[in-house]
Amino acid sequence: MIGFDEVLIRYGGLERRELVRWVENRWVLPEQRGETWVFHEVDVARVELIIEIRRDFAVDDEAMPLVLNLLDQVYSLRRQMRRLCDAVAAQPEDVQAAIRRALPAIGKDSD
Amino acid sequence: MATQTPYEVLGVKPDASADEIRKAFRELAKKLHPDINPGKPEAEARFKQVTAAHDLLSDPEQRARYDRGEIDETGAEKPRYSYRPHAEGAQGWKYQPNGEMNPEDLEDILSMFRGGMGGAGARRGRAGEGPGGFAMPGGDRLYTLTVDFVEAAAGGKKRLSLSPDNWLDVTIPPGIDEGQVLRLKGKGGEGIGGAPAGDALIEIHILPHPRFRRDGNNILLDLPVSVAEAVLGARISVPTVTGPVTMTVPKGSDSGTQLRLRGKGIQRRGGPAGDQIVTLRVIIGDSGDPELAAFLETWAERHKTDPRRGMAS
Repeated sequence: MIGFDEVLIRYGGLERRELVRWVENRWVLPEQRGETWVFHEVDVARVELIIEIRRDFAVDDEAMPLVLNLLDQVYSLRRQMRRLCDAVAAQPEDVQAAIRRALPAIGKDSD
Repeated sequence: MATQTPYEVLGVKPDASADEIRKAFRELAKKLHPDINPGKPEAEARFKQVTAAHDLLSDPEQRARYDRGEIDETGAEKPRYSYRPHAEGAQGWKYQPNGEMNPEDLEDILSMFRGGMGGAGARRGRAGEGPGGFAMPGGDRLYTLTVDFVEAAAGGKKRLSLSPDNWLDVTIPPGIDEGQVLRLKGKGGEGIGGAPAGDALIEIHILPHPRFRRDGNNILLDLPVSVAEAVLGARISVPTVTGPVTMTVPKGSDSGTQLRLRGKGIQRRGGPAGDQIVTLRVIIGDSGDPELAAFLETWAERHKTDPRRGMAS
């Protein structure tokens, strides 16, 4: 958990007004603490992600919300997928075997 | 300070052939070899750099991995994608659209899933289990929330960002402990097919306070007092977690004297209130004050006492 200025120091070259804008756009969701913001690990990683996307893929401010939203959806899907997998793993062996047998059929355009 | 790529170090193009790379290396090595450049540390450093670049690029497998961005110019593994573990970690919920995938979306996926096995299912006579028959309770979600020492001690309200467009107002009960988890029923993931929602689990972290400390339900405070206040006694204002109160410092208080403010500690719901225990610290402060020093010189003449009497030497 680090403060606003520490984030700026960690990512030299990141400008104060940029980070403020990212927070105001709700691309990054630090915790509000009185007059300032506190960045948890996930928030710092998020800042780094935005920096990388911008630098490596030249994504500008206009496209950024779309990119972030798509990424967030992918992670959300992965989470749901894992929940499903956990649910399958919690089934008795014969149920799991039945699901495994059924799996190759999925995606095959049968019928 | 941009690091040079191994291609730049050898002065070749990124699509250079193995032969070109070998040639470039040989030429540079001849020029930079420490044996021909004794006492020239910068040549030796360059030589090492050139050798490392050649080691990396002369191995086709390593070179391919470098080109794909899997390893850096020193051959060290590059962190692949640092955001993923966070996004999928306990705190990642914050950035999920609406906190979680739309339940209808999941239902869509599940119906696709059922569709894939649907024929078989129907043949086994389970057609009654229609798409509407599926129910799945929402998952629990873990958040962290940082609170001030005073908020944790006295209780309060905090706003927590659940997702980019969703907040939750959290009531902090007085006397909450570091690492304690608040469970908010039904504030987790939405249930599907009429199943109940999960819970929001909020892990509390408490920031230390510059002056207050906690001992169970008691609040400990070191309080500076002046020499005059300690000697003559005084009515002074003392901060507590619920605001300042007035306290009497008895005449002739020593440094380290503990005074108890009853009921001014942590008031947990339905429990007895703790106390605030104030430890006086006599601050000499402006002891360089010549007036006081002059007075003490004559005073000490007439009052010979040894506060360390009886202590083992």
